[in-house]
Amino acid sequence: MSDIEIIQDKCVGCGACLSSCPYGAITLQDNLAVIDDDKCTLCGACVSSCGFDAILIRKDQVEKADISDFKGVWVFAEQKNGQVQSISYELMGEGRKLADALGVELAAVIMGHKIGDACQDLIWRGADKVYAVDDPALEHFCDEPYARIMADLIKEYKPEIVLGGASTIGRALIPRVAIKARTGLTADCTSLAIDEEKRILLQTRPAFGGNIMATIICPNHRPQMATVRHKVMKEAECDKTRQGQIIKKSFDKATLASRTSVAQVVEEATNMIKLTEADIIVSGGRGMKAPENFTLVENLARAVGGAVGASRAAVDAGWLPYSHQVGQTGKTVAPKLYIACGISGAIQHLVGMQSSDCIIAINKDPEAPIFKVASYGIVGDVFEVLPALTKKLQETCGK
Amino acid sequence: MNIVVCIKQVPDTTDVRIDPATNTLIREGVPSIINPFDMYAIEEALRLREKLGGKVTVISMGPPQVTEALKEAISMGVDDAILLSDRAFAGADTWATSYTLSMGIRKMGGADVILCGKQAIDGDTAQVGPGVAEFLDIPQVTYVKKIEQIDDKKAKVWRMTEEGYEVVDTSLPAMFTVVKEINEPRLPSLKGKMKAKSFQPTIWKAADIAADEKNIGLNGSPTNVVKIFTPPVRSGGIILQGDINEAVATVVEGLKERQII
Ligand SMILES: Cc1cc2nc3c(=O)[nH]c(=O)nc-3n(C[C@H](O)[C@H](O)[C@H](O)COP(=O)(O)OP(=O)(O)OC[C@H]3O[C@@H](n4cnc5c(N)ncnc54)[C@H](O)[C@@H]3O)c2cc1C
Ligand SMILES: Cc1cc2nc3c(=O)[nH]c(=O)nc-3n(C[C@H](O)[C@H](O)[C@H](O)COP(=O)(O)OP(=O)(O)OC[C@H]3O[C@@H](n4cnc5c(N)ncnc54)[C@H](O)[C@@H]3O)c2cc1C
Ligand code: SF4
Ligand code: SF4
Repeated sequence: MSDIEIIQDKCVGCGACLSSCPYGAITLQDNLAVIDDDKCTLCGACVSSCGFDAILIRKDQVEKADISDFKGVWVFAEQKNGQVQSISYELMGEGRKLADALGVELAAVIMGHKIGDACQDLIWRGADKVYAVDDPALEHFCDEPYARIMADLIKEYKPEIVLGGASTIGRALIPRVAIKARTGLTADCTSLAIDEEKRILLQTRPAFGGNIMATIICPNHRPQMATVRHKVMKEAECDKTRQGQIIKKSFDKATLASRTSVAQVVEEATNMIKLTEADIIVSGGRGMKAPENFTLVENLARAVGGAVGASRAAVDAGWLPYSHQVGQTGKTVAPKLYIACGISGAIQHLVGMQSSDCIIAINKDPEAPIFKVASYGIVGDVFEVLPALTKKLQETCGK
Repeated sequence: MNIVVCIKQVPDTTDVRIDPATNTLIREGVPSIINPFDMYAIEEALRLREKLGGKVTVISMGPPQVTEALKEAISMGVDDAILLSDRAFAGADTWATSYTLSMGIRKMGGADVILCGKQAIDGDTAQVGPGVAEFLDIPQVTYVKKIEQIDDKKAKVWRMTEEGYEVVDTSLPAMFTVVKEINEPRLPSLKGKMKAKSFQPTIWKAADIAADEKNIGLNGSPTNVVKIFTPPVRSGGIILQGDINEAVATVVEGLKERQII
C-alpha cells in the first residue's frame, strides 16, 4: 500500500509544511512533523513545501501500461450548428505548440451533422488531420455516443495527448472518455508545457477555488488528457493556405445509441453581448445596492460597447441572471478591459477575471481586495464615479 | 425510489486567510464542511423522496473524520450513510475515486437516481460525477438546475449551458450533477439532530466492496500532483483617491494610451 512518511533524520521541524496541508493533517510534535493518518488524504500538497526533502510519498510499483506507440496531439473540437466554437480555436493554438515541441502531428476530432465546413476550418486553424464523424444522431452533443466514439478513436489511433475545453460539454464528456481509456485527466488547465527530456505533459491548474496552483502529470498512462479553461490560451490564426487531411469515420447503431436526448434548447440573455466573447466587460456587485441601479452599469457598458457581468452576490440577490456571473462558479473571462463596480474582489470572483489585460476597480473601501489586481483603482462611490466615467468615455469614444 | 447522494468533505475554502508576512495560505484551523454543492444534491434527494417515496443514502470516500459530514447529512433527514474508508483508498485521483464510489454503489445494490454536486470546492475538477456514471454504465446529465418530471423509469431535467439551458430526457437509473440554482438546502431538524447524535455510518473497506487494489488510491491513480504553489499576484496598479473627475480623467487617458478605447 502507498503511504506518506516524514523522514525523521531530515525533518528540522521548521513547520513550513503545516500550512501547505489543505486538510490540516500535519502538526509539530517535539520538533518533528507528524502526519495524522485519519485526516491525510495523500493529496501530495505538502511534499514540495518541505525544503529539506523530509516528506516522502511512497507509491507502490504500479503496472505500467505500454505507452510507447502513442503518438500525436489531439483536440476535441466543439461545434454548434456546424460552427467551430472559439474554445476549440484556443485548443488548436495550444495543441499546435505542443505538437511542434514534440515533433508530431496535430489532429482534431469533430462530431456533428453537416460539419464539412468546420473540418476545413480546423485545417486552416492548424490541424494536420481531422477525424470527422458526421451523423444526424450526433447533431446535438450527447454524452454517451460522443464518449464511445472518442474512446474508440483513441484506441484505434493512439494519440499521446488529448485536449478538450473545460466547457459544460467538455467537462461532461472528457471525464467519461478518460475512464474508458483508463488514463488520467487534469481538469481546467490554465497552462500546458512539455517536459522535453521525458516527453511528458506538464499540466498546471488552479484548485481550492483559485487559492493554489497545482502542476499535474500522467506519467504511466496514455493518452495524457486535459481540459483547458476558456479564454486563457490564444486562438490559432486562420491560414487558408494550410493543407491537411480529412478522415471520415462512421459508427454502428450501438455506438450511436443514447439514453438521453435533448428535447429543447433555451438561450437566455440573447440581446446581450456574450460574456466570454466580449472585449470589454463592466461588472456590478453588491455595492450597486439595488437592481434598478444596474442601469448605471449598463450605461457604462453601452458607452464602451461592452457586456455586463456580475458578482455572485448580485446574481444571488436576483439582480441579474446566472449567465452573467463571473468567477469560480460562473464564467471565466479575460477581456481587454474589465471594470468592477462595487465588487469587493473575493478570491472566487478574482479567479474568473484576473487574467483580463486591464482591470479598473471602483470601490469606496480603499482596503477592498479588488484593488490588489486593479490596473486602475478609483476609491469612491459608484453612484458618483459611474456617471462621471460614462460621460467622459462617451465624449472620448464619440469623437 | 432508491436515491444515492455522493458527498465529499472539504476544507472551507472561503475561510482561507493569507499570511501577510509570507504571503502563504493559513490553513490551520480551517473547518471541514460538506462540499457546498453536495448540500444541494442532498436537498434534491430529500425532495424526490418526499414526492416519490423511497430511501436516501449518502456515500462518501475519505478518512474516518468524514463521519462528521455523514452525521450532518443524517441530521438533514437522510436515511442512511456509508463511508468508504481504508488507507488504501488515500491519494485517489478522480479515476480511482470514481471507481471506488462506483464499487460502493454496486455493493449497495445500485440506485435509481444518483446525485452529485457539480464540483468539489477543493479538487475543483467536476470529474467524479461523470466518472461514476461511466463506471456504472448509466446515462448522466451534468449541471442540472431543475428536475421537471420524474417517475421510476425516466426523468426530464434542465441542464445549464453557457447560453442558457437545455431540457434533457433520460431513462433511469441516471446520474445527475447539480448546480446551486436547483434549490435552497434545508437546515437540520431537531429530530434529525437527535438521530445524528447516535448515528454511526456503515464503514466499508476495499475488501468489502471487492475493489481491485490496482484501481484504488494512489496506486490506481494515473495522475500525480508534482508541484503546488500559490498563484502569482498581479503587480499593483495605480490607486486613485480624492477628486473623482481627476481620477476619471486619469483612467480614460490611460485607456487611450493602452489603445483600449
Ligand atoms: C464555493 C463558492 C463559489 C463562489 N463563486 C463565486 C463566483 O463565481 N463569482 C463571484 O463573484 N463570487 C463567488 N463566490 C462568492 C464570493 O465569495 C463573494 O461572496 C462575492 O464575490 C461577493 O460579491 P460582491 O463583491 O459583489 O459583494 P461584497 O463582497 O459584499 O462587496 C461589495 C463591495 O461593494 C463596495 N461598495 C458598497 N457600496 C459602495 C458604493 N456606494 N460605492 C462603491 N463601492 C461600494 C463595498 O466596499 C464592498 O467592497 C463564491 C463563493 C463560494 C463559497
Ligand atoms: C490540488 C489538487 C489538484 C487535483 N487535480 C486533479 C486533476 O486535475 N485530475 C484528477 O483526476 N484528480 C485531481 N486531484 C485529485 C482529486 O481532487 C481527488 O480525486 C478527489 O477525490 C475528487 O476530485 P474533486 O475534488 O475534483 O471532486 P469533483 O469531481 O469536483 O466532485 C464532484 C462531485 O463528486 C462527488 N465526490 C467527489 N469526491 C467524492 C468523494 N471522495 N466521496 C464522495 N463523493 C465524492 C461529490 O458529489 C462532488 O460534488 C487533485 C487534487 C488536488 C489536491
Ligand atoms: S517542512 Fe520539512 S523539515 Fe519542515 S517541519 Fe515539515 S517536514 Fe519537517
Ligand atoms: S499528503 Fe496532503 S493531506 Fe496528507 S499531509 Fe500531505 S498535504 Fe496533508
